[in-house]
Amino acid sequence: MTPTTATREPVDAPAKDGTPRQILTAIGPQNLSLLGALVVVVAIFSWLNSGYFTWSNMQVIGEAATVAGLLAVVQTVVIICGAMDISVGSQTGIASVISAMAFMSTGHNPLLGMAAAVGVGIVAGILNGLIIVYGRVNPVIATLAGLAAYKGVAQLISGGRAQGFVLGDNLFIFISRGTIAGVPVQVWILLLVALGVHVMLKYTDIGRNIYAIGGNDTAARLAGININKYLVAVYALAGIVAALAGIVLTARTGSGQPTSGSEGLELQSITAAALGGCALKGGKGGVGGTLLAVLLLGALNNGLNVVGVNTFWQNVAQGALLVIAVVIQQRRSGERAVGLPT
Amino acid sequence: MPERSEGIDRHSTELRAVGISKRFAGVRALNDVTLDFPSGTVTALMGENGAGKSTLIKILNGDYLPDDGEIVLDGRPVRLHSPADARQAGIRVIPQEPEIVPHVSVAENVYLGALPRKAGRALDRAALRRRVREDLLRLGFERVLSPDTLGSRLTSAQRQLVEILRALTTDAKVIAFDEPTSSLSEHEVEALFTLIRRLREEGLAVIYVSHRMQEIFQLADRVAVLRDGALAGVRDAAATDENEIVRMMVGRDLSAMFAREHSATDQVILEVDAVTTDDVHDISLTVNAGEVVALAGLVGAGRSELAGALVGDLPIRSGQVRVEGRRVRLRQPRDAVRAGMGYAPEERKAQALLLERSVRDNISLVVLDRLRRFRFVRRAEERRLSREYVDRLNVRTPGIEHEVRKLSGGNQQKVVLARWLARAPKVLILDEPTRGIDVGAKAEIYHLIDDLARSGVAVLVISSELPEVLGLGDRIIVMQNGRVTGELDRADASEEAILELAMAEDLTTSLSEGQE
Repeated sequence: MTPTTATREPVDAPAKDGTPRQILTAIGPQNLSLLGALVVVVAIFSWLNSGYFTWSNMQVIGEAATVAGLLAVVQTVVIICGAMDISVGSQTGIASVISAMAFMSTGHNPLLGMAAAVGVGIVAGILNGLIIVYGRVNPVIATLAGLAAYKGVAQLISGGRAQGFVLGDNLFIFISRGTIAGVPVQVWILLLVALGVHVMLKYTDIGRNIYAIGGNDTAARLAGININKYLVAVYALAGIVAALAGIVLTARTGSGQPTSGSEGLELQSITAAALGGCALKGGKGGVGGTLLAVLLLGALNNGLNVVGVNTFWQNVAQGALLVIAVVIQQRRSGERAVGLPT
Repeated sequence: MPERSEGIDRHSTELRAVGISKRFAGVRALNDVTLDFPSGTVTALMGENGAGKSTLIKILNGDYLPDDGEIVLDGRPVRLHSPADARQAGIRVIPQEPEIVPHVSVAENVYLGALPRKAGRALDRAALRRRVREDLLRLGFERVLSPDTLGSRLTSAQRQLVEILRALTTDAKVIAFDEPTSSLSEHEVEALFTLIRRLREEGLAVIYVSHRMQEIFQLADRVAVLRDGALAGVRDAAATDENEIVRMMVGRDLSAMFAREHSATDQVILEVDAVTTDDVHDISLTVNAGEVVALAGLVGAGRSELAGALVGDLPIRSGQVRVEGRRVRLRQPRDAVRAGMGYAPEERKAQALLLERSVRDNISLVVLDRLRRFRFVRRAEERRLSREYVDRLNVRTPGIEHEVRKLSGGNQQKVVLARWLARAPKVLILDEPTRGIDVGAKAEIYHLIDDLARSGVAVLVISSELPEVLGLGDRIIVMQNGRVTGELDRADASEEAILELAMAEDLTTSLSEGQE
């Protein structure tokens, strides 16, 4: 058992100069273990298959991880806020369908198609937020409902089939196949979104307040933070990023996909956030860890494909990783191991 | 010696802690503590926070194993690996907030885990009720607690009573109370004391941990004082006094605790005009610049609820709140913060602190809107501000990046105060600002409140400790049952005068509350 209330614990002040130790603490033990795991995964698969550790396969891994990565980044924000968004995958599906259908019906205007997708994402996100804040519905339940309902809407408007064809358009082709400085455009989108979210979380008062809400909502409220506004805004952000993911999905597959390609994304995004060090009770975590976890999961999935493991096993691996990540987290938190886990 | 097979020969019971030492991550929490807890005796355990009381209690409860030394019960050493072991051995620690299952009856709560059964697994309700009724009768509490009341309807005192019944039904020989009265009103305390005296008569060894000096002298036969993890001494309660105990705890006197450098002005800052909420009725009061007004009353009088309403956290049904003559519309706490009000709530961990974040994060929480430029927090300025207030309030922390969770209660409270000081409020509402913190930090907080008043802040302090109310307040407003029952000037105030205004007529009302 670990003591939680040692009052006079002498703690070393962190080193001030640029010692290796300071760099290590800046990276954090959680991220270090992720890096270690990544090295191990890459080493194993490179050994099993010489085609694994090549630039072109790295590009494949990056592209494959983009959609889930975008959702994981925004899931990180939602989880830090002390909530969760299970409907992100369904929102991605709606956005994908809408982007393709709006593209077709506006005479092949890609920008209008994308704008329509983002608009729908915002609406879906705000709806989630409003249901949670004003309906007083537990976030998991509210977005579980969203998971089903948004998927249904996507299927209704698409008739359950892939819609449109966008790969005659230069912008969609650019997103789908373009590279900048050797790095796929999709990966750039993920990196830009991640950077933006990171800056918001770490350097603005908005981010500080999000951490505060997740850390102690009562304290945040009494400090004068408008929690309801923040929650709705965070879910709206989730909707926007899910829409971006939907657009990327449309570009990758060439048409609007109501369900294929977006199912299971909620699991992947939550797994990545948890692996990346987000405390599921809120108030803790960051984009850096989540990105590393996305990379790890991508490398693992790709490796299992390359080696020819049955894809059904990948689902098992995914679920197992989520449990392992949370178990490690609980062990580290040093909470008393009694009662129902929170 | 005390071999027994059935029935408890309580008079021969004795608990001894022999040479107990315990370290946590290199920090010495207890050092070679040897202490007896004889049966039929109430032994008070005192000491500042961090002195080792809680660690000792936790060792007795089986939460921790001592690094060194042993627990001896009836002359036999016992190893307590878990609270279950402790219970098995007959040692029971009554927590401040016992765990009560809300949706089942008192009877089921008492016999939780050992419910009487008929054939098969059917619950024998008749036997259950009969047993609990007998237990209550034996203790003389049949009028305060009914076996059929639902757990969720119990008052704090009744919850503790349930926990005590649980202890007695499992043949406890030693019962330890860890600050049992901190959430009880004065007459609930009386009732609890009656019960504890009865436990003593029955021959149990009672251990009583409390910060409240008065209680100790009302109740205890012996007083054991811990300081910095070591035993500072044991005294017979009859042969010592408050000053000696405090000296043993901290090595200095009580008289210097309060400071009074400020003097109230006649400029009204906070005006509360006929405010009625769901919990309080028709409350009017004012606090002037540079004035400290103490809000006294029993727990449950509605003081915290009034504070919650004044800071926009609970809805005001009618009446007005004005700050510097301007009416404040309080729809949410944000409105109060903007109007220049600061609020340190009663439960600092649950309501005020981000425990897993740094001292810096906790201090800057309410001033981020002043620290930002285009929404970007000016981090150098934030660090400077945090350091300034850490120094000014003498927060003992290894640095501003240290997690608040790891600070002691007194230093955590200083962080909460630092947060509001950094915002330079016009009105500061402090709800039980010194609850559960040690004597040294208390004195510092009293000085700080005095400083604040001197700088012109209007301070409203809620406190349940009468010496604190008398020591701090320029004026004392007393509430009872959701209403203001009187206002006393510093000159006219005395403990008796306050209690008279604060007490309900019938001593048992509070205990019987929630019975229906």
